Amino acid sequence: MAVQKLPLAKAINESLRLALETDPKVLIMGEDVGKLGGVFRVTDGLQKDFGEDRVIDTPLAESGIVGTAIGLALRGYRPVVEIQFDGFVFPAYDQIVTQLAKMHARALGKIKLPVVVRIPYGGGIGAVEHHSESPEALFAHVAGLKVVSPSNSSDAYWMMQQAIQSDDPVIFFEPKRRYWDKGEVDTEAIPGPLHGARTLREGTDLTLVAYGPMVKVCLEVAAAAQEEGKSLEVLDLRSMSPIDFDAVQKSVEKTRRLVVVHEAPVFLGTGAEIAARITERCFYHLEAPVLRVGGYHVPYPPARLEDEYLPGLDRVLDAVDRSLAY
Amino acid sequence: MTVDSTAAARTPRKRTAAKKSAKKSPGVGAPDLVQLLSPEGRRVEDPAHAEYAAFVEDITADELRGLYRDMVLTRRFDAEATSLQRQGELGLWASLLGQEAAQIGSGRATRDDDYVFPTYREHGVAWCRGVDPTNLLGMFRGVNNGGWDPNSNNFHLYTIVIGSQTLHATGYAMGIAKDGADSAVIAYFGDGASSQGDVAESFTFSAVYNAPVVFFCQNNQWAISEPTEKQTRVPLYQRAQGYGFPGVRVDGNDVLACLAVTKWALERARRGEGPTLVEAFTYRMGAHTTSDDPSKYRADEEREAWEAKDPILRLRTYLESETDTDEGFFAELEAESEALGLRVREVVRAMPDPDRMAIFENAYADGHSLVDEERAQFAAYQASFSDAEGGN
Repeated sequence: MAVQKLPLAKAINESLRLALETDPKVLIMGEDVGKLGGVFRVTDGLQKDFGEDRVIDTPLAESGIVGTAIGLALRGYRPVVEIQFDGFVFPAYDQIVTQLAKMHARALGKIKLPVVVRIPYGGGIGAVEHHSESPEALFAHVAGLKVVSPSNSSDAYWMMQQAIQSDDPVIFFEPKRRYWDKGEVDTEAIPGPLHGARTLREGTDLTLVAYGPMVKVCLEVAAAAQEEGKSLEVLDLRSMSPIDFDAVQKSVEKTRRLVVVHEAPVFLGTGAEIAARITERCFYHLEAPVLRVGGYHVPYPPARLEDEYLPGLDRVLDAVDRSLAY
Repeated sequence: MTVDSTAAARTPRKRTAAKKSAKKSPGVGAPDLVQLLSPEGRRVEDPAHAEYAAFVEDITADELRGLYRDMVLTRRFDAEATSLQRQGELGLWASLLGQEAAQIGSGRATRDDDYVFPTYREHGVAWCRGVDPTNLLGMFRGVNNGGWDPNSNNFHLYTIVIGSQTLHATGYAMGIAKDGADSAVIAYFGDGASSQGDVAESFTFSAVYNAPVVFFCQNNQWAISEPTEKQTRVPLYQRAQGYGFPGVRVDGNDVLACLAVTKWALERARRGEGPTLVEAFTYRMGAHTTSDDPSKYRADEEREAWEAKDPILRLRTYLESETDTDEGFFAELEAESEALGLRVREVVRAMPDPDRMAIFENAYADGHSLVDEERAQFAAYQASFSDAEGGN
């Protein structure tokens, strides 16, 4: 069957399996990715089927994982490395920013770095400190990296294929609280471009832009707003570097209002970039300032308070109302 | 090679003498230091180091002259680059003065199919790998951030962030092992870098995966102004033990010993016996870079003491006293050095600034819409000036 209903985590698992089957140069690396199959079981069963040489349990050293992946890529391999949780990526941040991102340019294009860094990110699962963060803006700000995040099983499957095939390093943010959400995956479909935004719901009164875990919230917001007679368009951004500004512009020229939603702190975040660019591009179309809904400029709170921190239905609806009130 | 009984007899005395200073900084003359050519230019025969010495047992006088030539030309190139920086032609230069033996000895130990990961001071190793020395100057002149195709000579680009490349080397070596190839990797770093987490992680990874990599630490005694004592409380080569692979300390001013020990370590790697840490005990005679002022942190006497151990002088003494090398060789080499210096000077001065549009090239392999947009904006902005000129 070409179409299957799979949880998002399983869709990634199937995608990694396909990549391992298709290209002998693809490697999976990370802490606990082998026997255990990863703490979220995203790599479940892969080591059993492809062996310890292809699915590699690594020492507990994030800089080492990314740094050796760079060396393997220089040797012609295509490593897909797993960082166990968002907050654990920072020991590897130096390797990602000073080496992985810049080596292609430094070599005047003579060498390529096809490395995928998988990072389960975001909150909403009641985890402890450093297990719920959304650091995507820190990576999107770095030239040389591409940064993407799927919001559903189909995108998870196809975007992983495209990320592995990319000759550029890709930071692949996986919305961990959506790992268990099921969705249809057509394994024979022709996927859209990796960095293209997608309209998930058409509307005429206001555009909601989100990515990763917040897409589901925004679709719920649009459904709730419809009951109040408001027609919201929902765009899944899918890629934070590059950003498909053309798609956002097209939608805003139609709806004339824009609210950007993400879990990461609003300050200097992806939403700030979108607000600035869309204001430049659509100044005469806008009926209201671009509004942002996201995290606060505070450390990610303890789990019992995360619902206050994370944008939910009511906070997004409030922003929608504020925009429509102009 | 003839055994010089005087040198052999002298060796134990030197060891005893060095033990005193070993309290502060274990160093040259320590019993575990591999030395095949003494500072006085005599062969050292120590049964304890016979395993290494075997690798240079059959070395010919021609090969020795080759090593000498490499060191002299590398020093000449380095001196020219230092002058060029002083004259404003280069923004910065990291001199290798004093480290020629460590670099030429280890560099000449590598095979063409080995892969080298340098830091930013490995001009001598680059020379051994066949990288045109003028290509090394592009990044110091500010016309590029690299300057050569790493795969042409299996010599990776210089890495400025301290220690990062040791992990790249380890990963590359893991790849070699996966490929079933019998080549090896050598990673260069300094005593300062030994404090970096990446170096520790590369030791862990290479040991765990039994990667065919040689870690070649040039302990030149100073990390800018910080002495080795600020990096470690044990001799650096001893760190390897904790990771489960051998560490060897070699006299870094002895080109023969560096050649022998590196060949030994590379052979181990090829045989599938995993990584080795080689600590080349040497001295950076100049400044860290041309921005540095070593007179603020170290005494002249220290440099003078190390000058007596000059790697080039000791091989010259040996060539003159123990081989059939005549004056003609040294005179020809002197002329070749001058020609190299002249060529380097001419090439650097003629290096054009890159095209301004190069800013946008190679940021991404597969392209990036934001870069495309900004490139177009930049081009239009530049074009607006020529339009204005055309209109006048």
